[in-house]
Amino acid sequence: MTENHTALYGEHQKAGASFTDFGGWQMPLKYSSELAEHHAVRKTAGLFDLSHMGEVWVTGPDAAAFLDYALAGKLSAVAVGKAKYSLICNVDGGIVDDLISYRLGDEKYLVVPNAGNAATVAALLAERAAGFDVVVEDVTSETSLIAVQGPNAAAILLTLVPAEQHSLVTELKYYAAVYVTINGQELLLARTGYTGEDGFEIYVPNADAATLWQVLLENGSEQGLVPAGLACRDSLRLEAGMPLYGNELAVTGHAYSAGLGPVVSLAKESDFVGKAALAAIKESGDGVTSGRKLVGLKGLGRRAARGHYSVLKDGAVIGEVTSGQPSPTLGYPVAMAYIDVAYAEVGTALDVDLRGKAEPFEVVALPFYKRQK
Amino acid sequence: MSKVAAELKYSVEHEWIARDGAGPSTIGVSAVAADALGDIVYVDLPEVGATVTAGEVCGEIESTKSVSDLYSPVTGVVTETNSGAIEDPAIINSDPYGAGWLFKVDVESDGPLLSAEEYAAANGGEL
Repeated sequence: MTENHTALYGEHQKAGASFTDFGGWQMPLKYSSELAEHHAVRKTAGLFDLSHMGEVWVTGPDAAAFLDYALAGKLSAVAVGKAKYSLICNVDGGIVDDLISYRLGDEKYLVVPNAGNAATVAALLAERAAGFDVVVEDVTSETSLIAVQGPNAAAILLTLVPAEQHSLVTELKYYAAVYVTINGQELLLARTGYTGEDGFEIYVPNADAATLWQVLLENGSEQGLVPAGLACRDSLRLEAGMPLYGNELAVTGHAYSAGLGPVVSLAKESDFVGKAALAAIKESGDGVTSGRKLVGLKGLGRRAARGHYSVLKDGAVIGEVTSGQPSPTLGYPVAMAYIDVAYAEVGTALDVDLRGKAEPFEVVALPFYKRQK
Repeated sequence: MSKVAAELKYSVEHEWIARDGAGPSTIGVSAVAADALGDIVYVDLPEVGATVTAGEVCGEIESTKSVSDLYSPVTGVVTETNSGAIEDPAIINSDPYGAGWLFKVDVESDGPLLSAEEYAAANGGEL
Protein backbone atom coordinates (compact mmCIF):
# COMPACT_ATOMS: atom_id res chain seq x y z
CA MET A 1 0.00 0.00 0.00
CA THR A 2 1.20 3.47 -0.81
CA GLU A 3 2.17 5.43 2.24
CA ASN A 4 1.16 8.99 1.61
CA HIS A 5 2.65 11.67 3.80
CA THR A 6 0.88 14.96 4.44
CA ALA A 7 2.75 18.25 4.13
CA LEU A 8 2.84 18.31 7.93
CA TYR A 9 4.59 14.97 8.36
CA GLY A 10 7.84 16.70 9.36
CA GLU A 11 6.01 18.75 11.98
CA HIS A 12 4.56 15.58 13.50
CA GLN A 13 7.99 13.94 13.56
CA LYS A 14 9.45 16.97 15.31
CA ALA A 15 6.67 16.81 17.86
CA GLY A 16 7.45 13.16 18.61
CA ALA A 17 4.26 11.70 17.16
CA SER A 18 3.68 7.99 16.83
CA PHE A 19 2.14 7.22 13.47
CA THR A 20 -0.57 4.97 12.15
CA ASP A 21 -1.79 4.09 8.69
CA PHE A 22 -5.19 5.62 8.01
CA GLY A 23 -6.79 5.46 4.60
CA GLY A 24 -3.40 4.96 2.98
CA TRP A 25 -1.80 7.87 4.84
CA GLN A 26 0.80 7.91 7.58
CA MET A 27 -1.00 10.01 10.19
CA PRO A 28 -0.12 11.03 13.75
CA LEU A 29 -1.88 8.69 16.17
CA LYS A 30 -0.81 10.64 19.25
CA TYR A 31 1.95 12.98 20.30
CA SER A 32 2.06 12.21 23.99
CA SER A 33 -0.97 10.76 25.72
CA GLU A 34 -4.20 10.38 23.73
CA LEU A 35 -6.18 10.91 26.94
CA ALA A 36 -4.42 14.22 27.61
CA GLU A 37 -5.08 15.26 24.00
CA HIS A 38 -8.74 14.28 24.33
CA HIS A 39 -9.17 16.33 27.50
CA ALA A 40 -7.36 19.30 25.94
CA VAL A 41 -9.89 19.41 23.10
CA ARG A 42 -12.78 19.31 25.58
CA LYS A 43 -11.28 21.92 27.91
CA THR A 44 -8.96 24.14 25.85
CA ALA A 45 -8.07 23.28 22.26
CA GLY A 46 -6.41 20.72 20.01
CA LEU A 47 -4.67 21.10 16.64
CA PHE A 48 -5.34 18.37 14.08
CA ASP A 49 -3.79 17.55 10.73
CA LEU A 50 -6.66 16.41 8.51
CA SER A 51 -4.77 16.72 5.26
CA HIS A 52 -5.58 13.13 4.44
CA MET A 53 -9.18 14.17 3.84
CA GLY A 54 -10.15 14.66 0.20
CA GLU A 55 -10.96 17.94 -1.50
CA VAL A 56 -12.88 17.96 -4.78
CA TRP A 57 -14.02 21.15 -6.47
CA VAL A 58 -17.24 21.04 -8.43
CA THR A 59 -17.71 24.14 -10.58
CA GLY A 60 -19.83 25.20 -13.52
CA PRO A 61 -23.36 26.26 -14.45
CA ASP A 62 -24.79 22.82 -13.56
CA ALA A 63 -22.87 22.42 -10.27
CA ALA A 64 -25.97 22.50 -8.06
CA ALA A 65 -28.06 20.27 -10.32
CA PHE A 66 -25.16 17.86 -10.68
CA LEU A 67 -24.65 17.45 -6.93
CA ASP A 68 -28.40 16.99 -6.50
CA TYR A 69 -27.99 14.02 -8.84
CA ALA A 70 -24.71 12.68 -7.50
CA LEU A 71 -25.43 12.97 -3.75
CA ALA A 72 -28.38 11.99 -1.56
CA GLY A 73 -28.96 15.47 -0.16
CA LYS A 74 -30.44 18.53 -1.80
CA LEU A 75 -27.29 20.54 -2.39
CA SER A 76 -29.06 23.07 -4.62
CA ALA A 77 -30.94 24.26 -1.52
CA VAL A 78 -27.72 25.13 0.31
CA ALA A 79 -27.06 28.88 0.55
CA VAL A 80 -23.71 30.27 -0.59
CA GLY A 81 -21.35 30.21 2.40
CA LYS A 82 -23.06 27.25 4.05
CA ALA A 83 -22.11 23.60 4.32
CA LYS A 84 -24.13 20.41 4.24
CA TYR A 85 -23.47 16.90 5.51
CA SER A 86 -24.48 14.35 2.89
CA LEU A 87 -24.00 10.87 1.54
CA ILE A 88 -22.86 9.57 -1.79
CA CYS A 89 -24.71 6.34 -2.50
CA ASN A 90 -24.58 3.64 -5.12
CA VAL A 91 -27.63 2.64 -7.16
CA ASP A 92 -28.59 0.12 -4.45
CA GLY A 93 -28.66 2.84 -1.82
CA GLY A 94 -25.42 1.59 -0.23
CA ILE A 95 -23.25 4.27 1.34
CA VAL A 96 -20.10 4.91 -0.70
CA ASP A 97 -19.05 7.73 1.63
CA ASP A 98 -20.31 10.40 3.96
CA LEU A 99 -19.04 13.83 3.11
CA ILE A 100 -19.37 17.56 3.67
CA SER A 101 -20.02 19.94 0.80
CA TYR A 102 -19.45 23.69 1.03
CA ARG A 103 -21.25 26.02 -1.34
CA LEU A 104 -18.83 28.82 -2.08
CA GLY A 105 -20.64 30.37 -5.03
CA ASP A 106 -23.75 29.87 -7.15
CA GLU A 107 -21.73 27.56 -9.38
CA LYS A 108 -19.00 26.49 -6.98
CA TYR A 109 -18.86 23.72 -4.36
CA LEU A 110 -16.06 22.12 -2.41
CA VAL A 111 -16.79 18.46 -1.63
CA VAL A 112 -14.80 16.87 1.20
CA PRO A 113 -14.82 13.05 1.29
CA ASN A 114 -13.04 10.79 3.76
CA ALA A 115 -9.37 9.96 3.20
CA GLY A 116 -9.87 6.31 2.37
CA ASN A 117 -12.70 7.09 -0.05
CA ALA A 118 -11.35 10.27 -1.66
CA ALA A 119 -10.14 8.68 -4.88
CA THR A 120 -13.32 6.59 -5.22
CA VAL A 121 -15.54 9.62 -4.63
CA ALA A 122 -13.58 11.81 -7.05
CA ALA A 123 -13.83 9.11 -9.72
CA LEU A 124 -17.55 8.57 -9.10
CA LEU A 125 -18.23 12.30 -9.27
CA ALA A 126 -16.33 12.53 -12.55
CA GLU A 127 -18.31 9.57 -13.91
CA ARG A 128 -21.66 10.95 -12.76
CA ALA A 129 -20.81 14.36 -14.28
CA ALA A 130 -21.49 13.05 -17.79
CA GLY A 131 -24.17 15.22 -19.35
CA PHE A 132 -23.77 18.04 -16.82
CA ASP A 133 -21.97 21.28 -17.57
CA VAL A 134 -19.52 20.99 -14.64
CA VAL A 135 -15.84 20.56 -13.96
CA VAL A 136 -14.83 18.06 -11.26
CA GLU A 137 -11.33 18.68 -9.95
CA ASP A 138 -9.65 16.55 -7.29
CA VAL A 139 -7.17 18.77 -5.42
CA THR A 140 -6.60 16.39 -2.50
CA SER A 141 -2.89 15.98 -3.17
CA GLU A 142 -2.17 19.71 -3.14
CA THR A 143 -4.45 20.76 -0.27
CA SER A 144 -3.79 20.58 3.45
CA LEU A 145 -6.48 20.78 6.10
CA ILE A 146 -5.77 21.94 9.64
CA ALA A 147 -8.41 21.89 12.36
CA VAL A 148 -8.46 23.87 15.59
CA GLN A 149 -11.04 22.29 17.88
CA GLY A 150 -12.12 23.14 21.40
CA PRO A 151 -13.64 25.94 23.47
CA ASN A 152 -10.61 28.20 22.92
CA ALA A 153 -10.52 27.66 19.14
CA ALA A 154 -12.05 31.00 18.19
CA ALA A 155 -9.80 33.00 20.52
CA ILE A 156 -6.71 31.26 19.14
CA LEU A 157 -7.74 31.87 15.56
CA LEU A 158 -8.39 35.57 16.22
CA THR A 159 -4.72 36.09 17.09
CA LEU A 160 -3.93 35.43 13.41
CA VAL A 161 -6.78 37.40 11.85
CA PRO A 162 -6.72 41.19 11.29
CA ALA A 163 -9.03 43.10 13.65
CA GLU A 164 -11.38 44.25 10.88
CA GLN A 165 -12.10 40.60 10.04
CA HIS A 166 -12.66 39.36 13.59
CA SER A 167 -16.42 39.46 13.20
CA LEU A 168 -16.16 37.16 10.17
CA VAL A 169 -14.73 34.54 12.53
CA THR A 170 -16.81 35.16 15.63
CA GLU A 171 -20.07 35.39 13.70
CA LEU A 172 -19.38 32.42 11.46
CA LYS A 173 -22.16 29.92 12.04
CA TYR A 174 -21.73 26.20 12.57
CA TYR A 175 -21.60 24.47 9.18
CA ALA A 176 -20.64 27.65 7.37
CA ALA A 177 -17.45 28.79 5.65
CA VAL A 178 -15.82 32.07 4.67
CA TYR A 179 -12.55 33.32 3.18
CA VAL A 180 -10.54 35.06 5.89
CA THR A 181 -7.00 36.44 6.11
CA ILE A 182 -5.15 34.09 8.43
CA ASN A 183 -1.50 34.84 9.18
CA GLY A 184 -1.51 37.21 6.20
CA GLN A 185 -2.96 34.76 3.71
CA GLU A 186 -6.51 34.49 2.41
CA LEU A 187 -7.75 31.01 3.30
CA LEU A 188 -11.00 29.13 3.43
CA LEU A 189 -12.17 28.81 7.02
CA ALA A 190 -15.05 26.51 7.99
CA ARG A 191 -16.77 26.19 11.34
CA THR A 192 -17.02 22.43 11.27
CA GLY A 193 -15.43 19.52 13.07
CA TYR A 194 -15.58 15.95 14.23
CA THR A 195 -15.11 16.37 17.95
CA GLY A 196 -18.39 17.65 19.40
CA GLU A 197 -16.71 20.93 20.35
CA ASP A 198 -16.74 24.35 18.77
CA GLY A 199 -13.99 24.50 16.21
CA PHE A 200 -12.68 25.45 12.82
CA GLU A 201 -11.14 23.79 9.81
CA ILE A 202 -8.70 25.70 7.61
CA TYR A 203 -7.95 24.73 4.01
CA VAL A 204 -4.41 25.72 3.10
CA PRO A 205 -2.09 24.98 0.15
CA ASN A 206 0.52 22.33 1.02
CA ALA A 207 3.39 24.81 0.65
CA ASP A 208 1.98 27.01 3.45
CA ALA A 209 0.73 24.29 5.79
CA ALA A 210 3.81 23.88 7.99
CA THR A 211 4.11 27.62 8.64
CA LEU A 212 0.44 27.89 9.58
CA TRP A 213 0.74 24.83 11.85
CA GLN A 214 3.75 26.34 13.64
CA VAL A 215 2.17 29.76 14.06
CA LEU A 216 -1.06 28.26 15.39
CA LEU A 217 0.83 26.18 17.95
CA GLU A 218 2.95 29.17 18.97
CA ASN A 219 0.00 31.54 19.31
CA GLY A 220 -2.25 28.95 20.84
CA SER A 221 0.04 27.56 23.50
CA GLU A 222 -1.05 30.14 26.05
CA GLN A 223 -4.64 29.08 25.42
CA GLY A 224 -3.79 25.44 25.97
CA LEU A 225 -3.59 24.42 22.30
CA VAL A 226 -1.81 21.09 21.84
CA PRO A 227 -1.26 18.95 18.75
CA ALA A 228 -3.86 16.17 18.77
CA GLY A 229 -3.71 12.85 16.95
CA LEU A 230 -6.16 10.45 15.38
CA ALA A 231 -6.52 8.40 18.58
CA CYS A 232 -8.26 11.24 20.37
CA ARG A 233 -10.08 12.26 17.19
CA ASP A 234 -11.72 8.83 17.31
CA SER A 235 -12.62 9.00 21.01
CA LEU A 236 -13.94 12.55 20.60
CA ARG A 237 -16.15 11.72 17.63
CA LEU A 238 -17.44 8.59 19.35
CA GLU A 239 -18.49 10.58 22.43
CA ALA A 240 -20.18 13.02 20.07
CA GLY A 241 -22.07 10.12 18.46
CA MET A 242 -20.64 10.82 15.02
CA PRO A 243 -20.36 7.88 12.63
CA LEU A 244 -17.02 6.83 11.15
CA TYR A 245 -17.02 5.46 7.64
CA GLY A 246 -15.80 1.87 7.76
CA ASN A 247 -17.16 1.40 11.28
CA GLU A 248 -20.75 2.66 11.38
CA LEU A 249 -21.12 3.34 7.66
CA ALA A 250 -20.45 0.94 4.81
CA VAL A 251 -21.44 0.28 1.25
CA THR A 252 -23.35 -2.75 2.56
CA GLY A 253 -25.41 -0.53 4.87
CA HIS A 254 -27.87 2.26 4.22
CA ALA A 255 -28.85 5.65 5.58
CA TYR A 256 -32.02 4.55 7.39
CA SER A 257 -30.46 1.93 9.63
CA ALA A 258 -27.57 4.33 10.33
CA GLY A 259 -30.03 6.92 11.61
CA LEU A 260 -29.24 9.18 8.67
CA GLY A 261 -32.70 9.08 7.05
CA PRO A 262 -33.05 12.88 7.26
CA VAL A 263 -29.88 13.26 5.19
CA VAL A 264 -31.61 11.55 2.24
CA SER A 265 -33.82 13.93 0.29
CA LEU A 266 -36.43 11.70 -1.32
CA ALA A 267 -38.49 14.87 -1.71
CA LYS A 268 -35.95 16.17 -4.21
CA GLU A 269 -37.88 16.46 -7.50
CA SER A 270 -34.95 15.37 -9.61
CA ASP A 271 -33.55 11.86 -9.68
CA PHE A 272 -30.36 11.01 -7.80
CA VAL A 273 -28.17 7.94 -7.69
CA GLY A 274 -29.76 5.46 -5.30
CA LYS A 275 -33.12 7.25 -5.08
CA ALA A 276 -35.34 4.38 -6.19
CA ALA A 277 -33.53 1.89 -3.97
CA LEU A 278 -33.63 4.20 -0.97
CA ALA A 279 -37.33 4.87 -1.46
CA ALA A 280 -37.93 1.12 -1.46
CA ILE A 281 -35.80 0.63 1.67
CA LYS A 282 -37.66 3.40 3.45
CA GLU A 283 -40.98 1.85 2.43
CA SER A 284 -39.83 -1.55 3.75
CA GLY A 285 -39.02 -0.08 7.16
CA ASP A 286 -35.64 -1.81 7.27
CA GLY A 287 -33.53 -0.27 10.01
CA VAL A 288 -36.54 1.44 11.59
CA THR A 289 -39.33 -1.09 12.18
CA SER A 290 -37.43 -4.21 11.13
CA GLY A 291 -33.85 -5.39 10.81
CA ARG A 292 -31.09 -3.66 12.73
CA LYS A 293 -30.41 -0.05 13.56
CA LEU A 294 -27.54 1.94 14.97
CA VAL A 295 -27.77 2.70 18.70
CA GLY A 296 -25.61 3.97 21.52
CA LEU A 297 -24.59 1.62 24.34
CA LYS A 298 -23.35 2.54 27.78
CA GLY A 299 -21.25 0.04 29.70
CA LEU A 300 -22.28 -0.57 33.29
CA GLY A 301 -18.92 -2.12 34.18
CA ARG A 302 -15.40 -0.93 33.49
CA ARG A 303 -14.57 -3.04 30.46
CA ALA A 304 -15.16 -1.54 27.05
CA ALA A 305 -16.86 -3.09 24.04
CA ARG A 306 -14.85 -2.99 20.82
CA GLY A 307 -15.66 -3.17 17.13
CA HIS A 308 -17.18 -6.50 15.96
CA TYR A 309 -18.03 -7.76 19.45
CA SER A 310 -21.44 -9.43 19.65
CA VAL A 311 -24.37 -7.77 21.40
CA LEU A 312 -26.48 -10.27 23.35
CA LYS A 313 -29.98 -10.46 24.79
CA ASP A 314 -30.47 -13.38 27.14
CA GLY A 315 -27.45 -15.05 25.55
CA ALA A 316 -28.65 -14.74 21.96
CA VAL A 317 -26.76 -12.57 19.47
CA ILE A 318 -28.92 -9.60 18.51
CA GLY A 319 -26.32 -7.22 17.15
CA GLU A 320 -22.73 -6.19 16.62
CA VAL A 321 -20.60 -3.38 18.00
CA THR A 322 -19.14 -1.01 15.39
CA SER A 323 -17.04 1.27 17.64
CA GLY A 324 -16.38 1.23 21.34
CA GLN A 325 -13.96 2.35 24.00
CA PRO A 326 -13.85 3.87 27.46
CA SER A 327 -15.16 7.44 27.27
CA PRO A 328 -12.46 9.74 28.67
CA THR A 329 -14.96 12.54 29.33
CA LEU A 330 -17.78 10.49 30.81
CA GLY A 331 -15.73 7.89 32.65
CA TYR A 332 -17.62 4.81 31.46
CA PRO A 333 -17.43 2.61 28.38
CA VAL A 334 -19.43 3.76 25.36
CA ALA A 335 -20.12 2.00 22.09
CA MET A 336 -22.15 2.21 18.95
CA ALA A 337 -23.74 -0.96 17.64
CA TYR A 338 -26.21 -2.21 15.10
CA ILE A 339 -28.88 -4.18 16.96
CA ASP A 340 -32.30 -5.65 16.22
CA VAL A 341 -34.83 -2.83 16.34
CA ALA A 342 -36.88 -4.80 18.90
CA TYR A 343 -34.20 -4.05 21.51
CA ALA A 344 -33.27 -0.55 20.38
CA GLU A 345 -35.41 1.40 22.82
CA VAL A 346 -33.45 3.65 25.18
CA GLY A 347 -33.06 1.98 28.57
CA THR A 348 -33.05 -1.59 27.27
CA ALA A 349 -30.62 -3.78 29.21
CA LEU A 350 -28.31 -5.85 26.98
CA ASP A 351 -24.99 -7.62 27.24
CA VAL A 352 -21.89 -7.44 25.10
CA ASP A 353 -19.73 -10.50 24.68
CA LEU A 354 -16.36 -9.21 25.92
CA ARG A 355 -14.02 -11.96 24.85
CA GLY A 356 -16.20 -14.74 26.19
CA LYS A 357 -17.80 -12.98 29.14
CA ALA A 358 -21.18 -11.24 28.93
CA GLU A 359 -20.90 -7.76 30.41
CA PRO A 360 -23.93 -5.52 31.02
CA PHE A 361 -24.66 -2.56 28.77
CA GLU A 362 -27.68 -0.34 28.33
CA VAL A 363 -29.12 1.34 25.24
CA VAL A 364 -28.74 5.11 25.55
CA ALA A 365 -29.57 8.06 23.32
CA LEU A 366 -26.90 9.45 21.01
CA PRO A 367 -24.81 11.54 21.34
CA PHE A 368 -23.17 10.34 24.54
CA TYR A 369 -21.66 13.77 25.06
CA LYS A 370 -23.06 17.17 24.21
CA ARG A 371 -21.16 20.34 24.98
CA GLN A 372 -22.71 23.11 27.04
CA LYS A 373 -23.45 26.08 24.80
CA MET B 1 13.46 7.41 30.85
CA SER B 2 15.04 4.45 29.21
CA LYS B 3 12.43 2.14 27.76
CA VAL B 4 14.21 -1.01 28.92
CA ALA B 5 15.35 -1.32 32.54
CA ALA B 6 18.76 -2.99 32.65
CA GLU B 7 18.32 -4.94 35.88
CA LEU B 8 15.24 -6.90 34.74
CA LYS B 9 14.50 -10.00 32.68
CA TYR B 10 11.82 -9.97 29.96
CA SER B 11 9.48 -12.25 28.07
CA VAL B 12 8.85 -11.96 24.36
CA GLU B 13 5.29 -10.94 25.28
CA HIS B 14 6.72 -7.77 26.90
CA GLU B 15 6.38 -8.70 30.55
CA TRP B 16 9.29 -7.95 32.87
CA ILE B 17 10.23 -9.91 35.97
CA ALA B 18 12.29 -8.83 38.96
CA ARG B 19 13.85 -11.34 41.34
CA ASP B 20 13.58 -10.37 44.95
CA GLY B 21 16.03 -12.69 46.68
CA ALA B 22 14.31 -15.89 47.73
CA GLY B 23 10.90 -14.18 47.93
CA PRO B 24 8.25 -13.92 45.23
CA SER B 25 9.20 -12.30 41.93
CA THR B 26 7.53 -9.10 40.77
CA ILE B 27 6.00 -8.93 37.29
CA GLY B 28 4.90 -6.02 35.15
CA VAL B 29 4.76 -4.89 31.53
CA SER B 30 7.63 -3.11 29.81
CA ALA B 31 7.61 0.56 28.89
CA VAL B 32 7.83 -0.56 25.27
CA ALA B 33 4.51 -2.37 25.67
CA ALA B 34 2.89 0.35 27.77
CA ASP B 35 3.75 2.96 25.13
CA ALA B 36 2.46 0.80 22.30
CA LEU B 37 -0.80 0.14 24.12
CA GLY B 38 -1.53 3.81 24.71
CA ASP B 39 -3.22 5.11 27.84
CA ILE B 40 -4.12 2.09 29.97
CA VAL B 41 -7.57 2.34 31.52
CA TYR B 42 -8.28 -1.14 32.86
CA VAL B 43 -6.26 -4.09 34.01
CA ASP B 44 -7.53 -7.56 34.85
CA LEU B 45 -5.01 -9.48 36.97
CA PRO B 46 -4.92 -13.10 38.16
CA GLU B 47 -6.35 -13.78 41.62
CA VAL B 48 -4.07 -14.15 44.60
CA GLY B 49 -3.62 -17.90 45.13
CA ALA B 50 -4.12 -18.72 41.46
CA THR B 51 -1.52 -20.71 39.58
CA VAL B 52 -0.16 -19.01 36.48
CA THR B 53 1.70 -20.82 33.73
CA ALA B 54 4.64 -19.46 31.77
CA GLY B 55 3.61 -18.34 28.29
CA GLU B 56 -0.11 -18.52 29.05
CA VAL B 57 -2.66 -15.74 29.32
CA CYS B 58 -3.33 -14.72 32.92
CA GLY B 59 -5.18 -11.43 32.51
CA GLU B 60 -5.73 -8.52 30.20
CA ILE B 61 -4.71 -4.93 29.78
CA GLU B 62 -7.11 -2.50 28.19
CA SER B 63 -6.11 0.88 26.81
CA THR B 64 -8.29 3.54 25.25
CA LYS B 65 -7.55 2.00 21.86
CA SER B 66 -7.15 -1.71 22.38
CA VAL B 67 -7.17 -4.78 24.56
CA SER B 68 -4.13 -6.98 25.02
CA ASP B 69 -3.68 -10.29 26.77
CA LEU B 70 -1.37 -10.37 29.75
CA TYR B 71 0.97 -13.37 29.71
CA SER B 72 2.77 -14.81 32.67
CA PRO B 73 6.53 -15.07 32.10
CA VAL B 74 6.82 -17.74 34.81
CA THR B 75 4.95 -20.66 36.34
CA GLY B 76 3.95 -20.39 39.98
CA VAL B 77 1.41 -19.18 42.50
CA VAL B 78 0.27 -15.55 42.64
CA THR B 79 1.02 -14.08 46.08
CA GLU B 80 -0.02 -10.48 45.60
CA THR B 81 -1.58 -8.12 43.06
CA ASN B 82 -1.01 -4.39 42.80
CA SER B 83 -4.25 -2.76 43.92
CA GLY B 84 -2.72 0.62 43.06
CA ALA B 85 -2.50 -0.37 39.40
CA ILE B 86 -6.03 -1.79 39.45
CA GLU B 87 -7.38 1.45 40.94
CA ASP B 88 -5.32 3.78 38.77
CA PRO B 89 -4.05 1.94 35.68
CA ALA B 90 -2.42 5.15 34.41
CA ILE B 91 0.54 4.42 36.67
CA ILE B 92 1.37 1.49 34.39
CA ASN B 93 2.10 4.07 31.71
CA SER B 94 3.84 6.57 33.94
CA ASP B 95 5.95 4.16 35.99
CA PRO B 96 5.86 0.69 34.38
CA TYR B 97 8.95 -0.57 36.21
CA GLY B 98 8.02 0.90 39.58
CA ALA B 99 4.62 1.81 40.97
CA GLY B 100 2.99 0.23 37.93
CA TRP B 101 4.05 -3.36 38.74
CA LEU B 102 1.20 -5.87 38.32
CA PHE B 103 1.55 -9.04 40.41
CA LYS B 104 3.97 -11.19 42.38
CA VAL B 105 4.55 -14.89 41.91
CA ASP B 106 6.14 -17.60 44.01
CA VAL B 107 8.07 -18.97 41.06
CA GLU B 108 8.23 -22.70 40.41
CA SER B 109 9.86 -22.41 37.00
CA ASP B 110 10.72 -19.75 34.45
CA GLY B 111 9.47 -19.55 30.92
CA PRO B 112 11.94 -18.47 28.27
CA LEU B 113 13.29 -15.12 29.42
CA LEU B 114 15.40 -12.51 27.67
CA SER B 115 18.12 -10.38 29.18
CA ALA B 116 17.59 -6.63 29.06
CA GLU B 117 20.14 -6.44 26.22
CA GLU B 118 18.31 -9.12 24.22
CA TYR B 119 14.93 -7.57 24.86
CA ALA B 120 16.15 -4.10 23.90
CA ALA B 121 17.74 -5.44 20.73
CA ALA B 122 14.56 -7.29 19.76
CA ASN B 123 12.47 -4.15 20.19
CA GLY B 124 14.76 -1.61 18.61
CA GLY B 125 15.12 -0.01 22.01
CA GLU B 126 18.11 1.14 23.98
CA LEU B 127 19.15 0.41 27.49
